[in-house]
Amino acid sequence: MKKKVLSIIAMLAMTVSMAACGSGGGEAPAPAPTDGEGGEEVSSDAGDLITVGYAQVGAESDWRTANTESFKSTFTEENGYKLIFDDAQQKQENQIKAIRSFIQQDVDYIVVAPVVETGWETVLEEAKEAGIPVILSDRMMQVSDDELYVAWVGGNFVKEGETCGEWLADYLEAQGRGSEEINMVTIQGTIGASAQVGRTEGFGNILAQHDNWKMLDMQSGEFTQSKGQEVMESFLKSYDDIDVVICENDNEAFGAIDAIKAAGKTCGPNGDIIVVGFDSVKAAFESMIAGDLNATFECNPLHGPRVAEIIQKLEAGESVDKIQYVDEAYFDTSMDLETILPDRAY
Amino acid sequence: MNSEKMKKITSQRLFLPIFCLILVLLVNVVTTPNFFAISIRDGVLYGYIIDIINRASELVILAIGMTLVVSASAGTDISVGAIMAVSAAVCCNILSGGERAVTEYASPLILGFLAAIVVGVLIGCFNGFLVAKLNIQPMVATLIMFTAGRGIAQLITDGQITYVRVDSYRLLGASFPGIPIPTPFIVAVIMVAFTALLLSKTALGMYIQSVGINKKASSFIGIKSIFIIFLTYAYCGFCSGLSGLIASSRIYSADANNIGLNMELDAILAVAIGGNSLAGGKFSIAGSVIGAYTIQALTTTLYAMHVSSDQVPVYKAIVVVIIVALQSPGFARWRKNLAKKKNMNITQKEAA
Repeated sequence: MKKKVLSIIAMLAMTVSMAACGSGGGEAPAPAPTDGEGGEEVSSDAGDLITVGYAQVGAESDWRTANTESFKSTFTEENGYKLIFDDAQQKQENQIKAIRSFIQQDVDYIVVAPVVETGWETVLEEAKEAGIPVILSDRMMQVSDDELYVAWVGGNFVKEGETCGEWLADYLEAQGRGSEEINMVTIQGTIGASAQVGRTEGFGNILAQHDNWKMLDMQSGEFTQSKGQEVMESFLKSYDDIDVVICENDNEAFGAIDAIKAAGKTCGPNGDIIVVGFDSVKAAFESMIAGDLNATFECNPLHGPRVAEIIQKLEAGESVDKIQYVDEAYFDTSMDLETILPDRAY
Repeated sequence: MNSEKMKKITSQRLFLPIFCLILVLLVNVVTTPNFFAISIRDGVLYGYIIDIINRASELVILAIGMTLVVSASAGTDISVGAIMAVSAAVCCNILSGGERAVTEYASPLILGFLAAIVVGVLIGCFNGFLVAKLNIQPMVATLIMFTAGRGIAQLITDGQITYVRVDSYRLLGASFPGIPIPTPFIVAVIMVAFTALLLSKTALGMYIQSVGINKKASSFIGIKSIFIIFLTYAYCGFCSGLSGLIASSRIYSADANNIGLNMELDAILAVAIGGNSLAGGKFSIAGSVIGAYTIQALTTTLYAMHVSSDQVPVYKAIVVVIIVALQSPGFARWRKNLAKKKNMNITQKEAA
């Protein structure tokens, strides 16, 4: 008897939950009418405002926050845009939902910073059928047909590595050490991460051009300060004469600097060892001002202006390049860092 | 006589863990001859061996707490890494007064330390409550903090790295002026000594083992099993909070994403390498401590051998497999059988 009652309750619970699912499914398009009002509003003054839907990954890092900020400050009403922003909280299904809702709202352009590379075909087809151009930001998508998106905007890790190598060549030349034997070590990022692969490759390209540069060792510091410190401690014991330390992000560089100081050596522009990092986070500027870090190579999160440029070209009926790298600068101790620092977005 | 002595040594509980540690270290005699050289630089001891005992400190402290948890509840606390992140975040946030980078304390140093430890203990108590009182499986119960912990830490630090750039904050992770020994090692030694005294001078050690061997029977003879299990989780939380502080002091900041990342796995491994059974019951703190040093010795050895970074995990896996296999009951049985056969051969020969 008891079991029967239980099973009936269980069944009831199931039907209720299914009904809930049903209503949930019904609710999914429900936001459309409410947002539709906004859409109508937009279409009424479509002449002046370009509507852009941005499906962002989430807010998992300072870099990402700066990336979002860049879009919000570029696509303002003063600049002639209406931005519909969606934070997917690192979930692809949220992003797909967001893109569908953009399509329903009949936006003019869709910008996506995809969480993952695959699984986008269906929703991009839908956007294509609706005639809405899709622009990708930051990460790539793997789709069978490249025509599903108009352009991709992002950073170029290989280029960052090459910039680093070129900067080092110039720096050594300026010091009169251009033809001297230079011993280097690299503290790599997390092995396999695109930033690690690209930066190692990029610096390797420049390394190959210089016969007097000797890469003694490469170890992974997993993009963290404490691992960077641990690896550098070990390098310092293995090699007596290290001239340059390449750290594949700034945090590793901070750790390396601590290890160098603990070993009784000096670093920075006035020290024995040249230390460079990547990313250009705020703390890197503080470290350069303190005279510890030599240079940092930017990984630019400010994609907004470049995307706006693409949209303007498309509006004018011009064609755009499929792959567009954002401008990435570098900063070293020869610059007026005190004035740059307050303006840094990340 | 000699072989008997040998047998006495090899049958010691800690023989195999120590043997493995020495084996890992001996590899360096061949590959890195200067591995054992120790000098003094800037008033601090300097050398690979110093790196090992310094870098292993957090793991040693975690392994102490983990050993007790494993012994009493026959389960593991997988939230220790996340607790480290939370306690570091709490400490740095109190010291910085909510700013993201400071060069002066916003509140007294001791307050930050105390708060970090208290938070560690509180999370430990929460875990203990779930496991001991509600009888939730340890891995499931601590999975809650494992997933939520880093989120909490992110929330406290606003998702950014909080820097406390004050020299006195770095002492815990570096060394005090005038003392050549790294502070983390001193803290680890104090923790080991304190725990060993606590377990041997009171009946606590015996209670924990007895609860681990048979919870019900222990309750029948008057041991408060639930309370003992609760206590071990609280103590594990305390250990995690403390090692979170050391890890944070090393980098004078709270990096919610990376402090203590994957440390729970190393802590469990340390307990296992130390010859402790993960099924609970009898335990040896010394074994776990040796296990922790073995793990760090392996990492440092691989750095010193210049193994390329994409191959490091492979080497580590091979060594760990060998160490664990050496200590497995299956291997012990095989060794016993071998010895028996040898003995039989000898007696047969003698008979002939």
